[in-house]
Amino acid sequence: MSDNILIQVEDVKKYYNGEKIKALDGVSADIKKGEVVVVIGPSGSGKSTFLRCLNLLEAPTSGRILFDGTDITDPRTNINNHRQHMGMVFQHFNLFPNMTILKNLTLAPIKLRKKSKEEAEKEALALLGRVGLEDRANAYSSQLSGGQKQRIAIVRALCMNPEVMLFDEPTSALDPEMVGEVLDVMKQLAREGMTMVVVTHEMGFAREVGSRVIFMDEGRIVEEGTPSEIFDSPKSDRLKSFLAKIL
Amino acid sequence: MAEWFADFKTDFIICFVEKNRWKFIVNGLGNTLKITLFALILGIAIGVIVAVVRSTWDKNGADMRRGFGRGLLRFFNGICKIYLTVIRGTPVVVQLMIMYYVIFAASDNGVLVAAIAFGINSGAYVAEIVRSGIMSVDEGQFEAGRSLGFNYIQTMRYIIVPQAFKVVLPALANEFITLLKETSVAGYVAVKDLTKGADIIRGATYQTFMPLMAVAIVYLVMVMFFTWLVGKLERRLRSNER
Repeated sequence: MSDNILIQVEDVKKYYNGEKIKALDGVSADIKKGEVVVVIGPSGSGKSTFLRCLNLLEAPTSGRILFDGTDITDPRTNINNHRQHMGMVFQHFNLFPNMTILKNLTLAPIKLRKKSKEEAEKEALALLGRVGLEDRANAYSSQLSGGQKQRIAIVRALCMNPEVMLFDEPTSALDPEMVGEVLDVMKQLAREGMTMVVVTHEMGFAREVGSRVIFMDEGRIVEEGTPSEIFDSPKSDRLKSFLAKIL
Repeated sequence: MAEWFADFKTDFIICFVEKNRWKFIVNGLGNTLKITLFALILGIAIGVIVAVVRSTWDKNGADMRRGFGRGLLRFFNGICKIYLTVIRGTPVVVQLMIMYYVIFAASDNGVLVAAIAFGINSGAYVAEIVRSGIMSVDEGQFEAGRSLGFNYIQTMRYIIVPQAFKVVLPALANEFITLLKETSVAGYVAVKDLTKGADIIRGATYQTFMPLMAVAIVYLVMVMFFTWLVGKLERRLRSNER
């Protein structure tokens, strides 16, 4: 195994209701350090399930997932320790509504990383500044726009200083005019070399930022390659018809 | 009219002034508040634990890996269910008497035994209130907590339970008011609470109207005060969200 591989997914299957619903039907993939992997596909193709399996928010029915060489699907592995190194951003932000933004950002670093309140707040404010929201530190999430919420959610994950960031349709719940500000933050992260796995419908983002694009359908990876391979010369008929519909 | 007032004054003096009988009311009120407060704390402690166990099982029991953890959770869930069924299925007076005459027969601290009995009783109702609160918190909150690396208990403690509490605070406050009135049966086991105080005065003076009205008014004033407080609390909670 190359040292360069951060997450190794080996023949992961996820079935619901016995074997009636096959959300993932044998998916294997390697995610290398510094790579931006964009996962695209029609709804119900299993792309979100794939992403959620990476940090075990969904437990795979079978198969293995190795993170930094550790098999996190092994019941003896303490998944909580590994999740601290895998940031996740959700479609619906999931900020904690009963806390201020600053508390949202510092809760995990203080409780899990045992940082002092001052240190955690200093780091949080610095990161907030990078997304241009340091003036909202004492606001509550209900006082923010969708785009601001999502930028804060990204910062919350970054405060744990993760090795990889997982994005689950981060712009799908946003008003069109707010999509840009969130994508800009993600692009900046990618430029800084963050390893990212992004499930999205933003084909422009995939083309511009993605180092690799994975096209999924019916719980399988149908095609993968560089953005130009996927978008300019698709091979499979399924991908061709998908692209024809959305572009 | 003047005659009525004169009678009222005589009765009042007999009931409350003579032999310092007002002390039965004041001391009784003290015991009532002590029992209610202690029972409330115990009830919330029991209620939260039971609610967390029950909702954990309801949410995750089906997909957990078979093994020791699942077995343990299933066992505790079973105990919680039995607790809820028994406590909610029997009258509080019966529970109180069982506590006093059977379980704590050796104890002569009636106030403490009553407080424990009411606390255990209240815990069952608090548990169902808190459980509904936990279930009402969006699943995404839970996932956000877990994705940051919090374990199940930490996620509950730092993220879910505080939000659940906010949702159910008005219902909990109503449970507190119900509890306050329910403690009036503590006199069954020789606890000198507010109601019993009135009863003692009634027995000593053969006056019925005055002492019973007096405690009724004391209860009513307390309930009105707490209801007002709950309303204020609710409005403040709501304004925090905007």
